[in-house]
Amino acid sequence: MTESGFTQSTAQEIIAALKDKPGALLPILHGIQDAIGYIPAESVPDIATALSLSRAEVHGVISFYHYFRNTPPGQQTIHLCRAESCQAMGGRDLEEHVKAKLGIDFHETTADGKFSLEPVYCLGNCACSPAMQIGKEIFGRVSADSFDAVINDIEATE
Amino acid sequence: MSITIYVPCDSSAVSLGANRVAAAITQEAAKRGLDINLIRNGSRGMYWLEPLVEVATDKGRVAYGPVQPGDVPGLFDADFAQGGAHALALGLTEEIDYFKKQQRLTFARIGKTDPLSLTDYIDNGGYRGLKNALAMSQEEIVQAVTDSGLRGRGGAAFPTGIKWKTVLNTASLQKYIICNADEGDSGTFSDRMVIEGDPFVLIEGMTIAGLAVDATQGYIYLRIEYPHAFEVLNAAIATAYKEGYLGENIQGSGNTFHLEVRLGAGAYVCGEETSLMESLEGKRGLVRFKPPLPAISGLFGKPTVVNNVISLASVPVILDKGGDYYRDFGMGRSRGTLPVQLAGNIKHPGLVELGFGLTLRELLYEFGGGSASGKPIKAVQVGGPLGAYLPESQFDTPLDYEAFAAIWAVVGHGGIVVFDDTVNMAEMARYSMEFCKEESCGKCTPCRIGSTRGVEVMDDIINSRNLDKNIPLLRDLCDTLLNGSLCALGGMTPYPVLSALNHFPEDFGIDAKATAA
Repeated sequence: MTESGFTQSTAQEIIAALKDKPGALLPILHGIQDAIGYIPAESVPDIATALSLSRAEVHGVISFYHYFRNTPPGQQTIHLCRAESCQAMGGRDLEEHVKAKLGIDFHETTADGKFSLEPVYCLGNCACSPAMQIGKEIFGRVSADSFDAVINDIEATE
Repeated sequence: MSITIYVPCDSSAVSLGANRVAAAITQEAAKRGLDINLIRNGSRGMYWLEPLVEVATDKGRVAYGPVQPGDVPGLFDADFAQGGAHALALGLTEEIDYFKKQQRLTFARIGKTDPLSLTDYIDNGGYRGLKNALAMSQEEIVQAVTDSGLRGRGGAAFPTGIKWKTVLNTASLQKYIICNADEGDSGTFSDRMVIEGDPFVLIEGMTIAGLAVDATQGYIYLRIEYPHAFEVLNAAIATAYKEGYLGENIQGSGNTFHLEVRLGAGAYVCGEETSLMESLEGKRGLVRFKPPLPAISGLFGKPTVVNNVISLASVPVILDKGGDYYRDFGMGRSRGTLPVQLAGNIKHPGLVELGFGLTLRELLYEFGGGSASGKPIKAVQVGGPLGAYLPESQFDTPLDYEAFAAIWAVVGHGGIVVFDDTVNMAEMARYSMEFCKEESCGKCTPCRIGSTRGVEVMDDIINSRNLDKNIPLLRDLCDTLLNGSLCALGGMTPYPVLSALNHFPEDFGIDAKATAA
């Protein structure tokens, strides 16, 4: 089976399992993004048909929410907090360091496909600012050095 | 004899290495042939001491912190299982000043118990509120909540009892309870602590709300940024179903209440209740016009209670001990307790639950210990990204909804973010506009376009271009946002912007005398 055939059948299984929930669209989109890493454009017509929506309506929902993406992410997505509490603890300098270290800006993926960088507005880790999240792991009191150590660790374990 | 050791599973504690510490303790105990019972508790909320390891002794629980994996062998050498002396020893946990001075009602169990143990929950006062509620009429339950004086802890401070009464009195075959767990305000983490540290209290609160107003279905709208909370909640809900605390015929009472967690997707505006309901319905999170009120026509057009996590988590203690008990804490029209969150540049960040009425100064210095950097505190932002910045001259304001309103500020969800004197307040004002621009749902023009223009004007001001023209323009723009926006996102962005301008004009390149609003 081709890769696109695989993602499409995965998406169809998720749609079939969730479509009868009240307000099913967000659960379906989460399900697809959890399984595939993003919401492929080819899954939009299937979602629209299952929920009796237009493709434009489905697209409108995907584009409204920061978290949903329609392109594949890097192997790891780094969510770096930009909110006030983190700024009060040096978050702005950390942001510059992170961008320089990875060589990318927010919403971009490194050329080797390893890391995507996304801003986040609060991880609820404000007592341990600055904060970031990689995958489901949360990091507190992040410094330029500790960020580099985490990234170097991830690169070393691959 | 087995030794009981506690290491928090709270995600902030984990972000500082709590999982590695727990693994190191298990490993070291095995190496030494010691029998231990390792419990992953919630956090006590003293985050400068996390990871905070506790050991049960004859005298009570003794704390050590902050512990890193490398400290673990030394702790065993010091016989910490018996409360032995060590450089990281903090004495009895509940005698630590920061903790001892608090009035923990909503947070009574958090940090003490295993969050996922229903037995622990019930042994520590859990489900007594529901038991009482099952013996009361719906009107009596609503009256108890009204008597408690509880006001919405999400920020709007609307009386919870009145909201419930409206839903109770609106006839409908289907009604809903929604818990707003879209805690997006920077500097706030009390909802997260409740969900991760005591999920059953939220489940109990929502069940009581369902009983009170005749709603059989509840939804918890949780932000995607809280993956650990999502896991804990789902596990607790599964246990509650299994043990007859959710589902049909709850505890043999004949009452039904179903509960499901739904995840947000990174939109701040979905913390606004009507936008949240649109999102739950599977739509873009566009704010709705009010009226109709959600209590009359809410989720899927049905009468709906929408309450914040802390509001709902405060209901069990009110039903357990009575509305009067809760109302006796606090001041003025702000009754009960508020879990304050100290964050940002502060030496002792954490969770402080106290009756309303403490001043900011007491919180910042007596609890918080001043700034983390040791530099003077220049400003604090209270109530999230839409809250005003307060200068030192306003630090004697008591934490009270009306006292804050009187100085054109908000208590909001009780988050306090501290900034030292290195902060540039014009940059913070620009950030507020930028945040509004990023998060605007786009439905109303003042918020959608005003925030974009706001960023441009702030850029001009920061670069000292045409200040004579741009400062009045900024005020004019804020006036439009304040009075013309559909919801609090556009309507309150002027709070941080104008408070920064009024209190710190020098950062905007203008003379203090020129700022009379």
